[in-house]
Amino acid sequence: MSIASYTCPQNREQVVATYFLEHRAKLLDIAAFLDRLDRAPPSSAGADFREVALQQAIRILTDAKPQRVARILSLLSDYSPELPQSAHGMKGASGAVRLVSEPDGILSTGGTPS
Amino acid sequence: MKYIDPHIHMVSRTTDDYQRMAQSGCIAVTEPAFWAGFDRSSPQGFADYFRQLTEYEPRRAALFGIRHFTWLCINPKEADDPGFAREVVSLIPSFLQSPTVLGIGEIGLNKNTRNERIILEEQIALAEKHNQLVLVHTPHLEDKLKGTRLIMDSLRASNIDPGRILIDHVEEHTVGEVLDRGFWAGMTLYPDTKMTPQRAADVIEMYGSERIWMNSAGDWGCSDPLAVPKARLEMSRRGHSQALIDRVTLDNPTTFLSQSPNFRLE
Repeated sequence: MSIASYTCPQNREQVVATYFLEHRAKLLDIAAFLDRLDRAPPSSAGADFREVALQQAIRILTDAKPQRVARILSLLSDYSPELPQSAHGMKGASGAVRLVSEPDGILSTGGTPS
Repeated sequence: MKYIDPHIHMVSRTTDDYQRMAQSGCIAVTEPAFWAGFDRSSPQGFADYFRQLTEYEPRRAALFGIRHFTWLCINPKEADDPGFAREVVSLIPSFLQSPTVLGIGEIGLNKNTRNERIILEEQIALAEKHNQLVLVHTPHLEDKLKGTRLIMDSLRASNIDPGRILIDHVEEHTVGEVLDRGFWAGMTLYPDTKMTPQRAADVIEMYGSERIWMNSAGDWGCSDPLAVPKARLEMSRRGHSQALIDRVTLDNPTTFLSQSPNFRLE
């Protein structure tokens, strides 16, 4: 499905005026979370896969390409083909998957995003 | 201003929520059967729950002028034991005679297991046999994309018109596929794991307002029974027309739900 362009009723200046402070605060929350991680002693298991996924997702914010939300959600999605028989013993959803390193060095889900 | 919240679990909400929703313009709610926060120990527990949904909640809502409709099923989280789930599913046909039942829901997948899919497909067959509308739950986090695709494949294997099926909890990475395959799409406005009113307005701007609605899915967790009027306010402050706001929060739900003869607003 194609994405419509110029469908926001506000112009860029109005969007900034409406949302800047709200998203400034959210950006600071992310910065504070990363600072908190820096202050935390490392675990013996190395970087948590969720932290790796988050760092990779942050790159999408600044790559100047469209559909950032959909691409971040796709990055955080499970593309495994397996279907377990039962949920018995399975952990709850974690919100991210373990990313794999592609030949070009880029981390990905190992699947095919839509 | 009037709106419909087409997915909210009022059994988990207090009566003053009904009051605040009525004061905010809510004229009708539809309540899918769902997981109560714990696994029920017997099919009889579901029979009691179905009685609550079909008999008690419509009366409680009516005290505030809100029409209450419901959907029945065993939810995917409790459907991982097929034997148990089949006992629950066998209870549903007798409740389909109730005048406020709109269809089968919210069925779907939770952990994307084979057991869940077996019961999903048996409940799709139940809906087809009884000519019922279908309301679909999709997983919430990293499981959503895979689960949504699995569910759509199971639905397309049935003979139910996709225009009689709403797939709920869509997000930016699933909404396009859902609409492209002819289904209706629901956006859930939820403080933590789902969409904000701002993102829902963004999706309307990107994908249009056809075959799409928004709901609160308010339940026993951190959720907001006034999420739909807050989304209306968000669209209004952004400059969207009243006609568009009414379309996605009143007209579209009415159009989809009116495919059930039990859905009447008057």
